[in-house]
Amino acid sequence: MTGTDTTDTARLTGATAAAALALGDDALILSHRLGEWAGHAPVLEEEVALANIALDLLGQARILLSLVGDEDELAFLREERSFRNLQLVEQPNGDFAHTIARQLYFSFYQHEVYGELARGDGPFAPLAAKAVKETAYHRDHAEQWTLRLGDGTEESRSRMRAALDALWKFTGEMFQPVDGLDGLDPAALEQRWLAALTGVLDRAGLDLPQGPRTGAWAAGAGRQGLHTESFGRMVAEMQHLHRSHPGASW
Amino acid sequence: MTQNWPLWEVFVRSRRGLSHTHAGSLHAPDAEMALRNARDLYTRRGEGISIWVVPSTEITASSPDERDPFFAPSADKPYRHPTFYDIPEGVSHL
Repeated sequence: MTGTDTTDTARLTGATAAAALALGDDALILSHRLGEWAGHAPVLEEEVALANIALDLLGQARILLSLVGDEDELAFLREERSFRNLQLVEQPNGDFAHTIARQLYFSFYQHEVYGELARGDGPFAPLAAKAVKETAYHRDHAEQWTLRLGDGTEESRSRMRAALDALWKFTGEMFQPVDGLDGLDPAALEQRWLAALTGVLDRAGLDLPQGPRTGAWAAGAGRQGLHTESFGRMVAEMQHLHRSHPGASW
Repeated sequence: MTQNWPLWEVFVRSRRGLSHTHAGSLHAPDAEMALRNARDLYTRRGEGISIWVVPSTEITASSPDERDPFFAPSADKPYRHPTFYDIPEGVSHL
């Protein structure tokens, strides 16, 4: 990730830096998860689609992390507990339906967040204005697949339903207030997210999952640095090259 | 799975070009997904501003066996080319 031209950019501090780290880690970690599909996707066309989305997210992560510090140090030399991403985005790819359910939940959220930030005049407005076009496509990709899996065969429907149910408990975390993003109203965000999600699931013939999304029975403290079981292995894989060969470049 | 997905031909209109040109083909379950796959496969580097996808089975192509009756007769008819006109002096942009 060397060669960025943002190294001289004024760095953010305080709560705004924390917000950049949270948004940047979301993008970085989901990018890595999607990258794991390379060589394993069900068809070549879909592999390229997932890689394109991963690269969009990596681009967002690079800008956001560079606002906080050295992007390489932040990505490759932080310990697991220092990452501030949502637990949702670190969840393993599972089957294709799990990946699509994760995309559906997250890209609808991310699109709303960037849309809101792009309308404001804060430090994230320029980045968000560009990213919102990318997230619109990510949303569309997840939506198209949800419709086809939900309205496809008996097996695709049951897999999609299982994936939506399994990841549901991680969605409440998206609507916890984030320091430094005070302009965002989590309750309004959640309402718009729920409305959009319900619309897609209706058309796909799927029900909105039941069960808690917040409270003691729900998951979600990634923003505080608490992560789920598989995250440590993912971080180790993501970082081992840089840690084995410090400063290596192409 | 892939075997069941039909083949689609992709036509991309470039930024400066006026017409769509054939870019390649891909597999997709339906037209909407074919359009999206085409976007991901053939316009990643800013190649296009418009995409058409057509089911490959809908294309009727001339057969190599018919090449002579189809194309050979036009080879020796130079008068079909607009090369027999004298261009008047003073016409600079023709």
